[in-house]
Amino acid sequence: MSDSPQLLSGDEAIALAALHAGVRLGTGYPGTPSTEILETFDRLGGRAQWSPNEKVALEVGLGAAFGGARTLVTMKHVGLNVAADPLFTAAYTDLVAGLVVVSADDPGMASSQNEQDNRHYARAAAVPMLEPMDSQEAYDFTLLAFEVSERWHLPVLLRITTRVCHAKTVVRPQNGFQAGSPVGPEPGFRRDIPARVMIPAYAKPAHRRLRQKLAEIAAWNDAEGPNRIFAGGSELCLIATGIAAMHAREAAPQASLLTIGMTYPLPLETIRTFAECCERVVVLEEGDPVLADALKAAGIAAEGKPEHYRYGELNVARVRRILAGDLSPEPVPPKGKPPELCQGCSHRGVFEVLRDLNCIVAGDIGCYTLGVLPPFQAMDTCVCMGASIGVGLGLRHVLPEAEARRVVSVIGDSTFVHSGITGLAEMVYNPPATGHVVLILDNGTTAMTGQQEHPGTGRTLSHDPTGRIHFEDLARAMGVQNVHLVDFQAAEGTLATLLKDLLAKSETSLVVTRQPCVLAAPKIRFYEKAAADRSATAPAAVVDD
Amino acid sequence: MNTVHNVVIAGLGGQGVIKASDILADAAFRAGYDVKKSELHGMSQRGGSVSSDVRFGPQVWSPMVPAGEADALVVLEETQVEVNRGVLRPDGVLIGPELLDAEALKNKKSLNVTLLGALSTQLPIAQEHWLAAIHANLAPKLHKLNEQSFSLGRAAAERVAAKN
Repeated sequence: MSDSPQLLSGDEAIALAALHAGVRLGTGYPGTPSTEILETFDRLGGRAQWSPNEKVALEVGLGAAFGGARTLVTMKHVGLNVAADPLFTAAYTDLVAGLVVVSADDPGMASSQNEQDNRHYARAAAVPMLEPMDSQEAYDFTLLAFEVSERWHLPVLLRITTRVCHAKTVVRPQNGFQAGSPVGPEPGFRRDIPARVMIPAYAKPAHRRLRQKLAEIAAWNDAEGPNRIFAGGSELCLIATGIAAMHAREAAPQASLLTIGMTYPLPLETIRTFAECCERVVVLEEGDPVLADALKAAGIAAEGKPEHYRYGELNVARVRRILAGDLSPEPVPPKGKPPELCQGCSHRGVFEVLRDLNCIVAGDIGCYTLGVLPPFQAMDTCVCMGASIGVGLGLRHVLPEAEARRVVSVIGDSTFVHSGITGLAEMVYNPPATGHVVLILDNGTTAMTGQQEHPGTGRTLSHDPTGRIHFEDLARAMGVQNVHLVDFQAAEGTLATLLKDLLAKSETSLVVTRQPCVLAAPKIRFYEKAAADRSATAPAAVVDD
Repeated sequence: MNTVHNVVIAGLGGQGVIKASDILADAAFRAGYDVKKSELHGMSQRGGSVSSDVRFGPQVWSPMVPAGEADALVVLEETQVEVNRGVLRPDGVLIGPELLDAEALKNKKSLNVTLLGALSTQLPIAQEHWLAAIHANLAPKLHKLNEQSFSLGRAAAERVAAKN
């Protein structure tokens, strides 16, 4: 079964490869387009966990790798911003077992707040980066990433993009893998203080070691890296990465094409040799001109794309235009129907109240960001996970009192656990003169990314009961002055009356509005029943709640 | 000759667009073709426009159907026709519910598979692969209904073709 070809998404291919690579722990935080990796790994029998956020996921992954276990950590591109702190110094350490960090980028912003290009992180953090162009390479490069990570004892970034994550293409798994058979090192603790305790005395030589590793990896990449040449004519030669290589192959089948699989550190000599015998060399890459700039710096003559193509995804038509030097305005595709909050969604009632009370709403990341669209238009800011609380406090600090009293922070349950708890600490520690009101819209799931569990649901990634964080208890323990729960059975007008009252006070307040996501509710009832049935048959396994 | 078949399936979130393209891609894969399938997830799940590209042939490169190159456009919801028409090649085939008669549309919940039945008359994929793909991608309790819908859609498309 495992050796026969399969039609897999890039995310599924990475999960299958993780299983075949003997990964002992997968950690991450849900985020489109990365979410399916850990879900598939779990379904295939791997051990996978959602962490509260990407920073914690990477720290747990780092610990597992120090302990000798191959570990996979997954996140979307903006998640790597959260995990950047451990990443930059993890690069200095010497790992025992392979640690592969997946960054799923979203050029074109299908479901993200920005289209940052995480290739910059490879250079900035000085860690190798592999970039597959289809599901087969996603599979192959995951296996290769563990080899590179263990050979040079450092984390490896696997950068994928929306079209690689979600496109299904044919994968032929490598022969001989059997689930459950030991691959990679055996976990066990071996003390190595200079390699893992990054005080300046140890970090200074560690930085030099890291640069030495990168020099060796660059040489390896030139000699035997995962870079491919599709032979063609010498009039037009293309150098491409990721999905752009596929568009390039289709747009210009007669051209010579070099695809770069390891994009940091670059195989510069391979590229130089390829480019030397070509009349025209064009670099095809989505996002920022990272590769084009690197070639320029290395003195390799190659054309980049016009600035216009920094924005959005590439496709075959855009690659044809780049190659033809066509600078005319691109046709604008007709706009489809925008998404909206589901009929029956509990967030609708909240945004109606916020609109009617004329609140200034500091919003956050999740389904409820759709509260910005008509008929609500009840959101005034949305920047990053958890920002609602800090931004709301900042507004409160500086606005004239009448305006300050209208400011509310709105955050979802999963987002609150991810990055909202520290915001609450800030509210207690530096309360604005007018106080503040934070709303947690608790729909019992990470809805936007496809209904994943989190520490506030009390269920694990695979929906089994575990410890649960109670938001109201947490807020009281942290010192928030007014803590209220409005549940879905509350009479109409309850939330509006409560909010009016709290906005008039100069105190810190947290209101949890609780109603299960309409899409997730049947599944939540199923998980709760399964847990109840289990605890009835095994009383010792009763969990809190 | 590398003949690539290009199909785009479109509709609104919740209509089963992605499920339909999963079944088509799986059927083509079972028929021995190289297959690529691509769409955008995420925000589109919330009732907004959704479209999915499926390409198959001896060798497929890009997973996205270039504008103006789709052989067939399957649309589950009338309002989405104009939004997606630009993907069709000039002589491409548009398949939507309005092409089918009431008999073919009686299973409302499996409109996606009914339209795949109509699409199947346009594509070189044997019936056995379609049925295997329907079984592999849907829960067992849905198999019978969807097999029936597929046959209704196929028969309706054949009736339309016979009239023209």
